[in-house]
Amino acid sequence: MSSTASPPDLSPAPQSDPSPASARAGAGSRRRSLHLVIGLVLVGIIAGGVLISYFWLPFAPDDTSGGRLVPPGGDHLLGTDKLGRDLLTQLLIGGRIALATALGAVAVGGVLGVSFGLLAGFATRWLDDAAAVVLDILIAFPTLLLAMLLVAGAGASLTTAILAIGLAMAAIVARLTRVLVKQVLGRDYITAARIAGVSWPRVVASHVLPNIAPVVLVNLALQAGLAVLAEASLSYLGLGTPPPNASWGRMLYEAQATVLTAPAAALAPGLALVALVIGMNLTADGLRDLADPRRAAR
Amino acid sequence: MSLLTVAGLTVRDQAGRALVDDVSFAVAAGDRAGLIGESGSGKSLTALAVTGLLPPGLTATGEVRLDGVDMIRAPEKHRTATRGPVAAIVFQEPLTALDPLMTAGRQIAGPLRRLHRLRGAGLRAAVNDALDEVRLTDTDRIANSYPHQLSGGQRQRVAIAMALACRPRLLIADEPTTALDVTVQAEILDLLDRLVETRGTALLFITHDLPVAARVTRDTHVMRNGQIVESGPIADVIAHPSHPYTKTLVESARRFDAALERTARD
Repeated sequence: MSSTASPPDLSPAPQSDPSPASARAGAGSRRRSLHLVIGLVLVGIIAGGVLISYFWLPFAPDDTSGGRLVPPGGDHLLGTDKLGRDLLTQLLIGGRIALATALGAVAVGGVLGVSFGLLAGFATRWLDDAAAVVLDILIAFPTLLLAMLLVAGAGASLTTAILAIGLAMAAIVARLTRVLVKQVLGRDYITAARIAGVSWPRVVASHVLPNIAPVVLVNLALQAGLAVLAEASLSYLGLGTPPPNASWGRMLYEAQATVLTAPAAALAPGLALVALVIGMNLTADGLRDLADPRRAAR
Repeated sequence: MSLLTVAGLTVRDQAGRALVDDVSFAVAAGDRAGLIGESGSGKSLTALAVTGLLPPGLTATGEVRLDGVDMIRAPEKHRTATRGPVAAIVFQEPLTALDPLMTAGRQIAGPLRRLHRLRGAGLRAAVNDALDEVRLTDTDRIANSYPHQLSGGQRQRVAIAMALACRPRLLIADEPTTALDVTVQAEILDLLDRLVETRGTALLFITHDLPVAARVTRDTHVMRNGQIVESGPIADVIAHPSHPYTKTLVESARRFDAALERTARD
């Protein structure tokens, strides 16, 4: 039996009888699990489309034979853009970039943020104050400026965008982790474990990480949605994925001039963005309950 | 040699104020000592200093020897190795003393697995025994429950089971009944009393409640503003309190008793 977090048993407490209070809580958790289902469906549809895109695309990404700004329907389900490229193809390729950004930025932000937050959570005295100030400064530093600096140094690419978004996310995650770690370290069960002779690494693995995980994971799911939006903004400004790769933000930029004559070219990436971000937010909301037995039973 | 010797223990905060001031006492193996004092008198800090686990920012000087090991100056590794087998603690608020994300069974299993190297069926049996000993029937359900699914009394019993599972030689009880209902308090005190008696575990009992201390401790030390102001067998301290603070403690306990009896007569 491992001492790390296992998925908690979510069945209601055996001794709890159906009282008005628990009935109300039941309605609340049903609504939350609805959030989770809708969220996962939205994210799942987009992830499924992206998976399919690796095996099959309606047209080659650089195929412009269909003619410019063809309206939706016919051969081109969503029409074509101003260069004559198939919009659905572009949308699917943009989905790859959106998901890669979400996963990459969460990986960078999660690993760096939780590691630094843990260290800062254990810091005392002046080191603690210093960590708090550094994190506040990092959070105040605009993501856009950080991205511009990185682009100036390393050139515009998906990796640069992910790195910039991930680093900005790391500061937010680290601040959250630091506060959570401090809260958990103040609990008696940590002292009890220490008196029982448990070493610090084990206390962190078996008590600290599992107890901060629900909040951190929910926050990371929210941050994933924000990362997708951030990448779209960077690409819109030309600081993200360079052409010819079709990021949704870039598609929006390119459709801007023709938005009144060919709205599909702007609507498609716009709606895809909204769907993915709402999906990730709803998933985060639903996860909040699943991750915490205290809330699940309430 | 005593199991626990504290000599000239002083705990200071960052500003240099002494929160515990030149405290000395000893607990022999199987003995029962009490630290009595109001909140802020330094009794809980003394208990933490005894295990070498002060909150960050506080520093201890003086001498604390737990089973012969210097808990102030010995290397952290050495102190960790001493604490586990020798000492265990029960806290005031059982809800925060148990990890909210672990079932009661797993929490009790933790020290058994680590210190007694139990696994599988042997571990399950030991956990059940530990729950039986604290008079928790329905052991399977309790073992699979999370702390929030248990009542306050049940939680404190689980905390006691966890503390005593590995047969520590010193049990530190920091106001273990203060957060409980009066009826549950009495049950928990009886339980502690019996378990400590049958196993010969030494007890360091911390409380602000003189009658509670009278019930479970033998020697007692009254603390005020970080200092021990009076020490001695609990019966003597109650019968002939010498320090004004102890006198107040005894008088208020008597007044409380008297009020209870007057009400009963009326």
